[in-house]
Amino acid sequence: MSRVRVLVGTRKGAFVLTSDGKRDRWDVSGPHFGGWEIYHLKGSPADPNRLYASQSSGWFGQVIQRSNDGGKTWESAGNKFAYDGPTGTHLWYDGTPHPWGFARVWHLEPSLSDPDTVYAGVEDAALFRTTDGGQSWQELPGLRNHASASFWQPGAGGMCLHTILLDPSRPGRMFVAISAAGAFRSDDAGKTWRPVNRGLRSENIPDPTAEVGHCVHHIAMHRSRPGVLFMQKHWDVMRSDDAGDSWREVSGGLPSDFGFPIDVHAHEPETVYVVPIKSDSEHYPPDGKLRVYRSRTGGNEWEALTNGLPQRHCYVNVLRDAMAVDSLDPCGVYFGTTGGQVYASADGGDRWAPIVRDLPSVVSVEVQTLP
Amino acid sequence: MIRVILPAHLRTLARVDGEVKVDVAAPVTVGAVLDALEAAYPMLRGTIRDQVTRQRRDFLRFFACEQDLSHGPPDTPLPEAVAAGAEPLLVIGAMAGGG
Repeated sequence: MSRVRVLVGTRKGAFVLTSDGKRDRWDVSGPHFGGWEIYHLKGSPADPNRLYASQSSGWFGQVIQRSNDGGKTWESAGNKFAYDGPTGTHLWYDGTPHPWGFARVWHLEPSLSDPDTVYAGVEDAALFRTTDGGQSWQELPGLRNHASASFWQPGAGGMCLHTILLDPSRPGRMFVAISAAGAFRSDDAGKTWRPVNRGLRSENIPDPTAEVGHCVHHIAMHRSRPGVLFMQKHWDVMRSDDAGDSWREVSGGLPSDFGFPIDVHAHEPETVYVVPIKSDSEHYPPDGKLRVYRSRTGGNEWEALTNGLPQRHCYVNVLRDAMAVDSLDPCGVYFGTTGGQVYASADGGDRWAPIVRDLPSVVSVEVQTLP
Repeated sequence: MIRVILPAHLRTLARVDGEVKVDVAAPVTVGAVLDALEAAYPMLRGTIRDQVTRQRRDFLRFFACEQDLSHGPPDTPLPEAVAAGAEPLLVIGAMAGGG
């Protein structure tokens, strides 16, 4: 019988939640790396027991951890993230040039085919890759050397590369998103990049339709249809049907189109999930009701999913990497909150229940479906 | 043998209990002790000083013999008592608050 393993990164450690395919009883292990911020951990699609974790601390900087047994034991991997060549400057909050400087790894994206190859999205925004299981990391400098990079500016959380999508049908095609530069696509395995932000409109930048400068929060794709992308922008839920060449808004009907995570059902490429948040200055759900919204039509028609979720006095946030789906049937949907709850639905979002209620603030949630 | 006392989180990361001892040839400096420490415990690389800039992390300090040795150049000699193994070098995490 299939099993699922939920990998949870929190402000004070990592947790591994496991269940059989029924997904009603859970074993909770952790905290791993207690006291450290775990921005992200993710398993290799090619070897599900190979996990990678980004462990960081304001005192001790960045550490990368690797597990070869599904998270039971861990070993430190390489943690030297040196930009390739002159680092140059990007714009600081006050509009002045600011030297690029490494702060932390926000997202680890293992290769679809090789357990030793992993991409790392870092702050200040850049893309790194390891091909030796995390022992050494090399920058793919084409992104940071893009002509627009000196005009990139950090969002409130820092200038982070937080989203990495690998196209399973076109080797060499990948997408990244940077706050607050926008979305970029490479068709040559990360050597060269171009912004893919046409159609985005951000009223809080000088030119609302600028080629770069948009605060993209997250992007999701369905692996059977990688040319279709769904985006949760700072404000607006967006959709592209041409691999990012153009975007259109699909927020219609949401109580707020601000939010962070977005994901796609494992078996229904037109079924999309978001968690509306009231505003960028409030960062909690509208009306104190924690609601996941589901569209079965690829956007613009949304239904509130509330069964099992708190519908009064709830003021948590759900961060950009804190939602994921499994690939069982029916599809399981999972998300974690800044209040330390991890909610799961084993029926595509119709009914929810907390797996755990009192973890540290959740930063990321990933799910592995195991044989 | 130079004795080094690490913060708890770095002892966990390095999988050691109590003091760490490293061999350092004279002259015994902060930089030489860190070099030896990182050679013996590679998982500590980058956690005390940045791997690229070699700068001490902002929220760490180096104390020994009731002196703050954090702000000198890395080739500053450590006190004789540390070089002789009578006193430890303390790597201290700041009592910073936050989340």
